[in-house]
Amino acid sequence: MSGRPRAPSGTEAAPPAGRVEWMVSLPSLVWLTVLFVVPTLIVFAIAFKPVSSYGGIGAGWTLETMRSLANPNYPAIIWRTLWLSAVTMALCIVLAVPAGYCIARAAPRWRRLLLLLVIVPFWTSFLIRIFAWKVLLHPEGPLKRVLVALHLVDPATTLLYNAGSVLLVMVYTFLPFAILPIYAAAEKFDFRLVEAARDLGASSLRAFWSVFLPGIRRGVMTAILVVFIPALGSYVIPDVVGGPNAEMIGNKIAQRTFVDRNLPHASALSTFLTLAVLAPMIAALGLQGRKGRQPIIEEAG
Amino acid sequence: MGEFLEFDNVSRHYGDIRAVDGVSLAVRKGEFFSLLGPSGCGKTTLLRMLAGFETPDAGRVFLDGKDITAQPANERKVNTIFQSYALFPHLSVWDNIAFGPRIAKRPRKEIAEDVEKMLKLIQLSDQAWKKPDQLSGGQKQRVAIARALINKPQVLLLDEPLAALDLKLRQRMLIELDLIHDQVGITFLYVTHDQGEAMSLSDRIAVMDHGKIEQIGTPAEIYEAPRSSFVAAFIGDTNFFEGEVDEIIEGEYSRLEIEGFPPVVCFNDKQLVDGVPVFISIRPEKFRIWREKPDLDWKHTVVKGTVEDVIYLGHSTKYWVRVQDYRIAVHRQHHRFLLDEKPIRWHDDVWLSWHADDGFMLERYREADEQLMETPPEKVGEAQGRT
Repeated sequence: MSGRPRAPSGTEAAPPAGRVEWMVSLPSLVWLTVLFVVPTLIVFAIAFKPVSSYGGIGAGWTLETMRSLANPNYPAIIWRTLWLSAVTMALCIVLAVPAGYCIARAAPRWRRLLLLLVIVPFWTSFLIRIFAWKVLLHPEGPLKRVLVALHLVDPATTLLYNAGSVLLVMVYTFLPFAILPIYAAAEKFDFRLVEAARDLGASSLRAFWSVFLPGIRRGVMTAILVVFIPALGSYVIPDVVGGPNAEMIGNKIAQRTFVDRNLPHASALSTFLTLAVLAPMIAALGLQGRKGRQPIIEEAG
Repeated sequence: MGEFLEFDNVSRHYGDIRAVDGVSLAVRKGEFFSLLGPSGCGKTTLLRMLAGFETPDAGRVFLDGKDITAQPANERKVNTIFQSYALFPHLSVWDNIAFGPRIAKRPRKEIAEDVEKMLKLIQLSDQAWKKPDQLSGGQKQRVAIARALINKPQVLLLDEPLAALDLKLRQRMLIELDLIHDQVGITFLYVTHDQGEAMSLSDRIAVMDHGKIEQIGTPAEIYEAPRSSFVAAFIGDTNFFEGEVDEIIEGEYSRLEIEGFPPVVCFNDKQLVDGVPVFISIRPEKFRIWREKPDLDWKHTVVKGTVEDVIYLGHSTKYWVRVQDYRIAVHRQHHRFLLDEKPIRWHDDVWLSWHADDGFMLERYREADEQLMETPPEKVGEAQGRT
């Protein structure tokens, strides 16, 4: 993978190995710095600014906003954000692993069709799909009526505006992002290994567990990251299908920004969320680095 | 019945392709048995049906007196060594070998002892904690052997286990496999397209083609008494001659008519008579090559020809000799070789002779089989338009 030229082989003075790599990665580095790192730092900085009386950012520095995060409302919302994201991630993985397995094992003709079916939802706007769920789950909506008619659901229960509906729509939204990396790993997996495990006495389930899953672990790790992190920052889904009882941090940040016009407070919440995501990742990477293994997302390198 | 391992009229078809077509086969306990044939001949499918990865469309498979046709792969007391080794990449050498015993839930201490014993057998005790991708091809091969053998299978299945190794390593592993077979004493079922491997390792060989068994026998039986033109061509080199039976003479000999040849005397165990068209196969080393017409008894045939090519091979010399329409391959060992002897060169007129017992009469003949002789073994499948 590394395009390092061998040192003494060149006849003429080749540029030092480091410079070529620098030049190649410079555009993306500049892009990331200007549009990602700097804005993030600005958000971090705003969290330590006071609010001006007109809803702007005041002069000077203060720790007041950060302290106000101890507000007793927040732990409940933070806890809900964490468990909704974690359960979303878990459900996505549980559903995506068998899906990825089946697509990878399907005949090439079917494989293309199945992959297409995974991607098809992306052709419709994300917002439209979320509102479609709202229609489906609506108290007068088709799903509710069918379930009531089948006596599966009491007419009084609401399918919409609760944590359950947020979870359902989050799983729906993030599932393709979990299936794709898992499929990519499963497609590269050598299924003769499963045969070898069966040959050595493993049941199908055991072979799946102790040979297939370790074989696609990088895909699973990638899926975990690409589901869990965006899920933590969900805003539209709880806003549309969740109610006041299903708010997540994303909603609070939006509320502070647009309704309260309190940018420092919104920034403080964002800072907290960003650090909450980064800290375990950095810890995980550090741990892996010590074991001398490759980083979690090998392909992204 | 009563045999240790038995295929009883087993068939497996994929659509119109008869991968295995009515094969019956019995292997004795402790035997080193090879399935030999070009790629696509059905040998691997047969092996996979014994391993439990394929289910026969018809017929039964018996192991140690039990019908295992419907038994799932993980319940069969057979283990496979795959061509690709199929070592688990996320496990160390030690854990790879311990995979089977752990699934069998054997006591920890016993597993540890057995794994160490296996590591010693394959001489990899000092590499136990390496991952498969840190091993060389030959080492991977040995780990695959240990991983299978530790389960004490009733039959060890080997699916072209040496195909991925280079020539030198292959020769070493051949010797090691032979030693391991002698040490553990279990039945080996060995699949290969390499006649050299099969000949040097096997107690008996089944030669397969087009999903059917052409011949079963010891390496010597198959080489010296091939039953079909396919076997004669696939195992070693041979020359085919087309003729007709003229008359039976004295006991088991017949006189044949081959166009452009003097009457040919040939061993005729099949007692064919009266103008039956036959083919005789004569191995290149069975000929003797002379500068002068030799005076030999009636059991020898002597023909005159012209040398078209001479290839010095060190241990022998190969001549291509034109006799009428035939281009005959002749091998000559260098007995009592003298450097100052006048050598046989291109365009020299020579005499070829062979003994009646060295020719083999074959009733069946397929054009494609003759092409086999000119094709290196690994390309045999392609030459016959198969994959």
